[in-house]
Amino acid sequence: MSETANMRVFRGDAESGDWQDYEVEMEEGQVVLDVIHRIQATQAPDLAVRWNCKAGKCGSCSAEINGEPRLMCMTRMNLFEPGEQITVAPMKTWPLIRDLVTDVSFNYEVAKTIPAFKPRAPEADGTYRMMQEDVERGQEFRKCIECFLCQNVCHVIRDHPENKPEFAGPRFFVRLAELEMHPLDTEDRLELARQDAGVGYCNITKCCTEVCPEDIHITDNAIIPLKERVADRYFDPIRWLGSKIFGR
Amino acid sequence: MVEYERHDYDVIVIGAGGAGLRAAIEASAQGARTALICKSLLGKAHTVMAEGGIAAALGNVWPQDNWKVHFRDTMRGGKMLNNWRMAQLHAQEAPDRVNELEEWGALFDRTDDGRILQRDFGGHRYARLAHVGDRTGLELIRTLQQHAVHKGIDVFMECTVSRLLKDGDRVSGAVAYWRESGNLLVFNAKSVVLATGGIGKAFSVTSNSWEYTGDGHALAYWAGAELIDMECVQFHPTGMVWPPSVRGILVTEGVRGDGGTLRNSDGERFMFNYIPDFFAAETADTIEEADGWYEDKENNRRTPDLLPRDEVARAINSEVKAGRGSPHGGVFLDIASRRSTEYIRRRLPSMYHQFKQLADVDITAQPMEVGPTMHYIMGGIRVAADTGAATVPGLFAAGECAGGMHGANRLGGNSLSDLVVFGRRAGLGAVEDAARVSAPEADDAQVKEIVSEMRAPFERDGAEGPYEIQRDLQETMNSLVGIIRTESELLEARERIDGLKGRAANVGVYGHQQYNPGWHLAIDLQALMTVSEATARAANVRQESRGGHTRDDYPGPNDAEWGNKNVVIRQGADGEMEVTTSPLPEMPADLQELFEE
Repeated sequence: MSETANMRVFRGDAESGDWQDYEVEMEEGQVVLDVIHRIQATQAPDLAVRWNCKAGKCGSCSAEINGEPRLMCMTRMNLFEPGEQITVAPMKTWPLIRDLVTDVSFNYEVAKTIPAFKPRAPEADGTYRMMQEDVERGQEFRKCIECFLCQNVCHVIRDHPENKPEFAGPRFFVRLAELEMHPLDTEDRLELARQDAGVGYCNITKCCTEVCPEDIHITDNAIIPLKERVADRYFDPIRWLGSKIFGR
Repeated sequence: MVEYERHDYDVIVIGAGGAGLRAAIEASAQGARTALICKSLLGKAHTVMAEGGIAAALGNVWPQDNWKVHFRDTMRGGKMLNNWRMAQLHAQEAPDRVNELEEWGALFDRTDDGRILQRDFGGHRYARLAHVGDRTGLELIRTLQQHAVHKGIDVFMECTVSRLLKDGDRVSGAVAYWRESGNLLVFNAKSVVLATGGIGKAFSVTSNSWEYTGDGHALAYWAGAELIDMECVQFHPTGMVWPPSVRGILVTEGVRGDGGTLRNSDGERFMFNYIPDFFAAETADTIEEADGWYEDKENNRRTPDLLPRDEVARAINSEVKAGRGSPHGGVFLDIASRRSTEYIRRRLPSMYHQFKQLADVDITAQPMEVGPTMHYIMGGIRVAADTGAATVPGLFAAGECAGGMHGANRLGGNSLSDLVVFGRRAGLGAVEDAARVSAPEADDAQVKEIVSEMRAPFERDGAEGPYEIQRDLQETMNSLVGIIRTESELLEARERIDGLKGRAANVGVYGHQQYNPGWHLAIDLQALMTVSEATARAANVRQESRGGHTRDDYPGPNDAEWGNKNVVIRQGADGEMEVTTSPLPEMPADLQELFEE
């Protein structure tokens, strides 16, 4: 039972580009990435797309499908009406390389600026003890597959690229929160969260949470607690007074 | 004169999954100037898809466990074809590597007293797999990635190595291209570590990701190194079978480790009918005993649902052939009727998500449909167990692209531990070797020849494109070199591969060099052809069934003739592929005693 998909795909590079329409044979159960692959195999062998696992685990195939940021491999074609035109565009926040492939190196640069995990000393037998309930908070954050859809959709940099040097973005607030709540970590990253990572820019519109394919509660579980910890440290008048008097 | 970027390193590591990252971390920690080169973005390698866990005899859940039990399980699972020394090092060092991951920030699931929790898996006598739900591979790669980022390693992302360079007999670097621009790079390196993973994209039904085109196997072979056991391919028993577009995607063995069971269309737990003599003494033969084993391992034997993967895959294949399959040509995997919804969602969140989103199946309420999928190649580059050194000087290999560790069949969970144990060892080996030589200088003539071959597909605009050639190859491998093999089909496969090689040699692409996937595939086809030919040839030579290699015309193992031999592949002086055999390294007496039970 094959149907025809009506695809409108962005083709172009950093200089110029345009929409290109493709009619594609489609089979039962297919996802958008299958249809893109079929375009490659039959109509446009040079159509650039980044993908790896096709199972929602690697976070490579992020795109904007009918304007919505999603993983192409986890977007079923039966989500759309039969015959509906489906647009596939590259993520808007990153510089375009070609077609659906963008330059996400910003994220790899930010990752380098976050100080490494620094564990406390182990138990006498050389290993650690942690309770399941204490690791679960961090485990939620470590589900992140680095698809960078949260980064892509965040207004702070999507609409204001000039903020990029001062704003690490939701993915890295998740990383900072994870380290901050890690039962073994001893490093202090709150100054970084406040200053260089710019957690204060976030005005909690939850767009990042909405697009997360791993259902991480980015805003509620990572960003808000991070903001609270920063506020407690830097903006609590009693603590401020204490630090002046007792030097801590 | 060809234009290229030039880079000079002590050690280059090709591939950035678990093995490559661990090798680069070690090389850099030893003070070597180190580059890590990967086809994809960092952190996207196939390691992220590992689900169930990392096997290590930590003894946290069952204190009776130790490296000797793990070693024995590994060798028996591999049908004794393993390189004993690799299996020994692996079993001995895996616990240290797991603890090291925790020191580097990994958050494994916990026991009640706060230690690393371990889960049951096929072929392991005790619950042995440290894990994070069913996304252990992601935890491993992210931990290594986040550790590596601060270690002064130069990372070349979306950069594909196309050929190794030689200086006389010695490997001395590599030629690569940036996928983004098509621009060329030449690496001069005192030693090279291959950590490129497997060959799954030579098959149509596979759990493997885009990158798995056999690059490392082929790079080593072209550079004169030997490959062993290329006939030993693992078909994982449980891949998704429906819908068609997701056929082959992995369903973790953790489903059975956590209590799931296989059933046929009659509702029968058919694995009880497929217990081989080799494992009869340690396998439950009643439903009561099998179900009791999850809680009480002292008084019950292991459920046959958790026989090694080769056994389970063949059993599923037989059930489907006998007409007792599920509607879409698999069998049923049922955890819904055996465990609570809460338990399933906590232990197997990715599986829940995957079936819900891709197949409209709720695994807490309905059984899954599963069937065999090409998952892993045990065979690979022949290496020295302690150092990862290949048979060509200057070349090292670790992880899936190296052979020997897993023999004829790999146990689940032994792959992630393999990556970190032998990634570290290959990194060390490469650094020690690099210290013995002076900096090499690329030979212009070699570079020129390699580059003209890489760019040739653009000269043939209008010729056949690469996609159909790959599809035909995948179809050939799947149908003729698949889970059950026979001489006539293997010979037909050889013939077809010869034809496909001809087509691949004349493949054409058009357009620009900037992120052109057609061109990238045209280059990858060369490696795919080499590894497919190696697998088909080796499979015809081994005239017995052992582990992942099953011959319809030679059912059962032939210990006297084949039990002590590796099948060896190398490139002959005339450029043709040569197939020979060589004796297995002999196991010392004290280890042999472990098998006399």
